[in-house]
Amino acid sequence: MNKKLVELKNLTKTFDDLQVLKGIDLTIYENEFLTLLGPSGCGKTTTLRIIAGFEEQDGGEVWFDGVEISKLPPYKRELNTVFQKYALFPHLDVFDNIAFGLNIKKLDKSVIKQKVEKILKLVGLEGFGSRDVTSLSGGQQQRVAIARALVNEPKMLLLDEPLGALDAKLRKEMQIELKKIQKEVGITFIYVTHDQEEALSMSDTVVVMNQGVIQQIGTPIDIYNEPENRFVATFIGESNIIEGNMIRDCLVSFDGMEFDCVDKGFKDNESVEVVLRPEDLDIVEPEKAKIKGVVKSVVFKGVHYEIIVENEHREYLIDTTDYFPVGRNVGITFETEDVHVMYKMEY
Amino acid sequence: MKKSKSIFSNLYIILVFAIMYAPILISMVFSFNSARSLAKFEGFSLKWYQELLADRDIISAVTVSLTIAVIATAVATVLGTITAIGLSKNRKIVKEWLLTINNVPIMNPDIVTAIGLMILFSSMKIERGYFTMLLAHIAFCTPYVITSVYPKVKNLDPNLANAAMDLGATPFTALTKVIVPLIKPGIVAGILLSFTMSIDDFVISYFVSGSGVKNISYYIYTSRTRQTPKINALSTVVIVVIVAIILLINVVPLIKNRKKKEN
Amino acid sequence: MKHMKHLIKPYLIWSLIIVVIPMVLVMLYSVTTAGNSLVNIQFTLDNFKKLGNSIYVKVFTRSLSIGGITTGICLLIGYPIAYIISRKKETVQGILILLVTIPMWINMLLRTYALMNIISETGFINTLLISLGFDKIEIMYTDVAVVLGLVIDLLPFMILPIHTILNKMDKSYVEAAYDLGANKFTTFKKIIFKMSLPGVVNGVIMVFILSISSFVIPKMLGGGQYVLIGNIIEEQFITQGNWNLGSAISMILIVLMLIVIRVMNKLDKDE
Repeated sequence: MNKKLVELKNLTKTFDDLQVLKGIDLTIYENEFLTLLGPSGCGKTTTLRIIAGFEEQDGGEVWFDGVEISKLPPYKRELNTVFQKYALFPHLDVFDNIAFGLNIKKLDKSVIKQKVEKILKLVGLEGFGSRDVTSLSGGQQQRVAIARALVNEPKMLLLDEPLGALDAKLRKEMQIELKKIQKEVGITFIYVTHDQEEALSMSDTVVVMNQGVIQQIGTPIDIYNEPENRFVATFIGESNIIEGNMIRDCLVSFDGMEFDCVDKGFKDNESVEVVLRPEDLDIVEPEKAKIKGVVKSVVFKGVHYEIIVENEHREYLIDTTDYFPVGRNVGITFETEDVHVMYKMEY
Repeated sequence: MKKSKSIFSNLYIILVFAIMYAPILISMVFSFNSARSLAKFEGFSLKWYQELLADRDIISAVTVSLTIAVIATAVATVLGTITAIGLSKNRKIVKEWLLTINNVPIMNPDIVTAIGLMILFSSMKIERGYFTMLLAHIAFCTPYVITSVYPKVKNLDPNLANAAMDLGATPFTALTKVIVPLIKPGIVAGILLSFTMSIDDFVISYFVSGSGVKNISYYIYTSRTRQTPKINALSTVVIVVIVAIILLINVVPLIKNRKKKEN
Repeated sequence: MKHMKHLIKPYLIWSLIIVVIPMVLVMLYSVTTAGNSLVNIQFTLDNFKKLGNSIYVKVFTRSLSIGGITTGICLLIGYPIAYIISRKKETVQGILILLVTIPMWINMLLRTYALMNIISETGFINTLLISLGFDKIEIMYTDVAVVLGLVIDLLPFMILPIHTILNKMDKSYVEAAYDLGANKFTTFKKIIFKMSLPGVVNGVIMVFILSISSFVIPKMLGGGQYVLIGNIIEEQFITQGNWNLGSAISMILIVLMLIVIRVMNKLDKDE
């Protein structure tokens, strides 16, 4: 892994009697694309704003590039931000918006011109310099906001739900574009979003947060395949979550049966929750499977069918490309490594 | 049928405007009267304007009115603008309280504000005069600046100042380079309101300044029993200046817009 | 931005000293005896008892009736004006509203002085009447002069808020009413007037409060003997020097203002 760039140590923050951060510890590395993912109110934006310096934490420390910066005002931090709804300066044109930071640094006019034009090219807005920012489309404003931040050559870019205001198609395009820009400039991106698909498709590391607590840190694949608890499992995609019992290492019981699995390290007979991803389940003839049931509903989703199979214990959600009519008796199978055992969440 | 109705309504508007404007217009005309009469025009003359310029009391009243208005407006504009900006960053309860207090001088009858200040200055043992008049004018002008600027601040993206600081601007630069240019229309409206409120004020000035210092209103009030065309000349000057300013403010943006469109 | 939160502090302190404390002082003065110091306060209700005196009661009723009449006339004249203006084209509206506003920008004393030129005994109207062979009329120093002065002075305060509402009103409501078979009068009564009520309430409050508390116009146009609430407050503070009684009278004005705002707010909500 690369060098450490940011370290958050036990950050806490309270707004009006509501504790929004309950001790956040996080290390962020150079050149990393890290996403803070969680529902609204989980503390992801507050964490970002503390790193940027717009909010001050109540407790804990922020280290940046080996220096404690908790008391440093935002204008002295070597990072830049792309804001929700962009926060472009409506009284300035595209060029002056992007040149704002360079003008503050009192760089030479010709240098500024050169840098702005170079960055406009990077974000695909060549020749837009004299446009009024209010006349631009959402996607174009987005690019100006990114250019305005990147032109200052920060060590790190913070992005606060930057694609939230765009329509679905444009959002997909910008995701690819953002990833490309990040590779090209080679700096750390910290990206805040509530959209799990966005987080999984762009990030090197995903940090799932809920109610001011980090739930899980990992690569998108880890997070998807090995959710550590029910919250992560439900937040990242639809899942079958089943209460069970860990009999011993590699053996778990649920719905009155025992199943092999690959999970270890739980106490014997510990209460756990088991995740079965719908796409990991397969429907077969009843006699070939341990779990049996009746097809309750079938919905065609374009590429696959979303089938609900019901038995005396529960309903199982299954994504499959095969069609089974409602009312048919079927069996459900899955591979040993598709059984994900999680710690039980305490409510 | 429709036509006759619109003629009727136009006549009605003209009649009401005539009643509103007649006193002012007639006074302006008679300020050029060579005779003292306020009713019979006997010939054109600028003699009342000469007398106006020669009248020490009037000149000093005009000076008091203008200097007070300029200083009070300047202070009120700065104080009101920074307050409006700060207000948007505060919690709801603080906002509501301050806006309520801010409304007191606007809603209160002038005479109540006036005696309140009179009692305040006397309990603080501040001698009434130019200084107390200035303080009082700042007191009633600032709320108007806040009420004109605050809505503009409220409509700004709350991240704009953050964005500026994120790009390296100090809080002061963020204010002058980003926030102030964006709320300029509100500030200009505040300046205008504050200036005219100050120039227009009689009641509060009358109670807080004692008899030593008089502004225009105070002067006219004390000389109300002897009518003289001199005061009409003063009116004419004040009205011409104010109407010119109002027209300028209303016309300049139109011309600017047209130029922008041409480009 | 967290630092900017502190920008309100100077005004917070300033308004405490120059807005809140004076109001507290007026209240304090109204319930204390004259000539005492802060260390040795003597509370009393005498000031308020004096207000029951028939002289004061007369002044109050007269102030209220002058205020009521002025407000009524302003509404009768102002509403049609606001309505007619709101039907005009955008540019014409701009010019007409500017014309309504201009007098507000001109010093009130100068405007009242100008009115004196017209209606005084030897003024424009009387000179005109005499030269045309009529008898002269006495307006100056009567109720008519005071109400005329107040109406001319306060009319813009009635027109502007009503116009703002009428102008903002979605024209499709009116069209919908016609579409549903309402005639012009019903449409006006049921839709337009009802919807413009907040503007009316606003205008009525402003004109009423400004007229009952005025003392310059009654003094200049009504003559020295003409007294409204404002004039007796002035008398107590400037000539009589009884600030405690003056404060008690002002309290009536303050309470009246609060009641009017309360009642109007309630009416506004019930509608």
